[in-house]
Amino acid sequence: MATVTFEHVTKKYGDVLAVNDLNLEIRDGEFMVLVGPSGCGKTTSLRMIAGLEEISDGTLRIGDRVVNDVAPKDRDIAMVFQSYALYPHMTVRDNLAFGLKLRKVPKADIEKRVQEAAGILDLGRLLARKPKELSGGQRQRVALGRAIVREPAVFLMDEPLSNLDAKLRVQTRAEIARLHQRLKTTIVYVTHDQVEAMTMGTRIAVMSEGLLQQVGTPQELYDMPVNRFVAGFIGSPAMNFLDVTVTSGPDGPTLVANDVTIPVPPRFRQMVGDAAGRHYIAGIRPEHLDIGQATSDDASMTATADVVEYLGNEELLHLTAAGQDIVAIVDAENRVTPGDKLSMVIPLDKVQLFDPESGLQLGAQRTAVAAA
Amino acid sequence: MTAVARPGAIAAPVATSRIPRGFGRIGVHAGVIILMAIWLIPTIGLLVNSFRSEQDVSASGWWSALFPPWNLSLDNYASVLGEQGIGDAFVNSLFITIPSVIIPILVAAFAAYAFSWMSFPGRNLLFVAVVGLLVVPLQTTFIPILKLYAGISIHFGPVNIDTLNGEFLAVWLAHTGYGLPFAIYLLRNFMGGLPKEVFESAAIDGASPVVAFLRLALPMSVPAIAALVIFQFLFVWNDLLVALVYIGSTNAANSPLTISIANLVTSLGGNWQLLGAAAFMSMALPLLVFASLQRYFVRGITGGAVKG
Repeated sequence: MATVTFEHVTKKYGDVLAVNDLNLEIRDGEFMVLVGPSGCGKTTSLRMIAGLEEISDGTLRIGDRVVNDVAPKDRDIAMVFQSYALYPHMTVRDNLAFGLKLRKVPKADIEKRVQEAAGILDLGRLLARKPKELSGGQRQRVALGRAIVREPAVFLMDEPLSNLDAKLRVQTRAEIARLHQRLKTTIVYVTHDQVEAMTMGTRIAVMSEGLLQQVGTPQELYDMPVNRFVAGFIGSPAMNFLDVTVTSGPDGPTLVANDVTIPVPPRFRQMVGDAAGRHYIAGIRPEHLDIGQATSDDASMTATADVVEYLGNEELLHLTAAGQDIVAIVDAENRVTPGDKLSMVIPLDKVQLFDPESGLQLGAQRTAVAAA
Repeated sequence: MTAVARPGAIAAPVATSRIPRGFGRIGVHAGVIILMAIWLIPTIGLLVNSFRSEQDVSASGWWSALFPPWNLSLDNYASVLGEQGIGDAFVNSLFITIPSVIIPILVAAFAAYAFSWMSFPGRNLLFVAVVGLLVVPLQTTFIPILKLYAGISIHFGPVNIDTLNGEFLAVWLAHTGYGLPFAIYLLRNFMGGLPKEVFESAAIDGASPVVAFLRLALPMSVPAIAALVIFQFLFVWNDLLVALVYIGSTNAANSPLTISIANLVTSLGGNWQLLGAAAFMSMALPLLVFASLQRYFVRGITGGAVKG
């Protein structure tokens, strides 16, 4: 059990900044997910915790101990690799026991821990097999088991589900979440899949281009993304963005994009003021749009359906509104057909406003934002 | 070929593809069998002749022995093994070959691991230098090494050596040197292709480089090592030149098979009927080694070059 703390941690490859001034505290027992697109520095950050990458600058602590110069084996961590990295010539039992044997754990103790891990992960019948005789999901479980038997202070997982098929991925996702509830050990989990991040993480750290963008619970990231990147990255399908201009109207300032007019949502009124002519980016999630007539708390827009993707319980609409592409998810009962002219309701309390230059959300707390 | 499309030109490939697939396969098999037969005929002739007497060999072709009256005997083998001393030479060959295979491959495996998975200054430069040694003809090394060996004397307990020339040790060391560049090259390529994560995982599990080498890299490289064992074994077993230079006439009691067989035939060309029997004696062991390791050999050649 331990915390992991990054203090101004930087990783450079030559002139390339892979991780730029990372400040992050991972709490004891937390399931922290590092998420971001390829090359955002999430895997590099994980490998720095493991000791597989040297830290160019800054301080990394596990618990109270500074581990910048501690060898991987002495950091009391265990890592699960994307490619499983099983020892191909050893049986499952030997794979699990390898780390313990090297640490001179007594034989009886090794056997006990191996049996325990095998029990948790349902590997009992596979102990005598070699990795090549196992399926992908079984190999993944052996890799998890190899980490569990070590009873480390921190688990590090590098995209452990990305080599599994869709069905197995959902299943293993739940298995890892269950494992975390049972062991209550700190887990640092790297993924590029925001669905994995949202479903598994106690907290999520979103990274992009080496910079930490935001840290927070899944709800915080979904409801209050600090900037346009996080807003677009979290949520599926991605948030719609409309370029809007502030215009003075009879009922106060409004946001206008072509023929669409949205009153400035109450919580942004003070910040926007009367700055007529200023540009903003309005964000609205597809699932918040609905077909219908606006009430006084909402805005509406007319849209033309281009493509309709029927999903059974709901329909994914690709719309054109205000000359821009908009995606909406509506109830399948609506039976929209391509070419339909629709009136879409925009709930004002769900609208987010972003500054077009900095990309920051208006009024978002800047504490979690790294210097842009 | 012109670019003008004629009906016939288009029809032709269609017609070929209608030939049943089985026919093509039979053709390939027949071709392979014929090639193998042509390849094997001289060897079969030698084998048959090794069972015939000197007079028969001079009087008629080997194929006449395939028909009655058969006049075959084991006399040549008995003579070769007994009075000609080929039996002793066989043992000498084993004595030379086994260490000359084990030592270089063991050293090369250590080097290959270091070149692939340990970082130290000048690693690439050193590796390029080792690979560069592949182009040095071993003949250029004879005189310097002979001079070096001549200066080495060991007097320690029962060992009483005034010069290394003529000793088994001389040949072992020479073959180690000659075999290392290729062995390091092949094994490094294989070990370098092993997945990096396995070694990272081992480092986290607490494995030192020595443990990672002995417990992971070595067992995972078995196909490449087996291929190397065959190469090196065949090279040393069939080697005449190196043995002749470092053992040669200095110490005839240490002569391997190759030297003894070459000495069978007198300068006047006598005794040549014994050559067949001796050749098959010398062929037996490599055939056995190859047969027992051949599945690694076939896999190991590509396994070393491409990712295993």
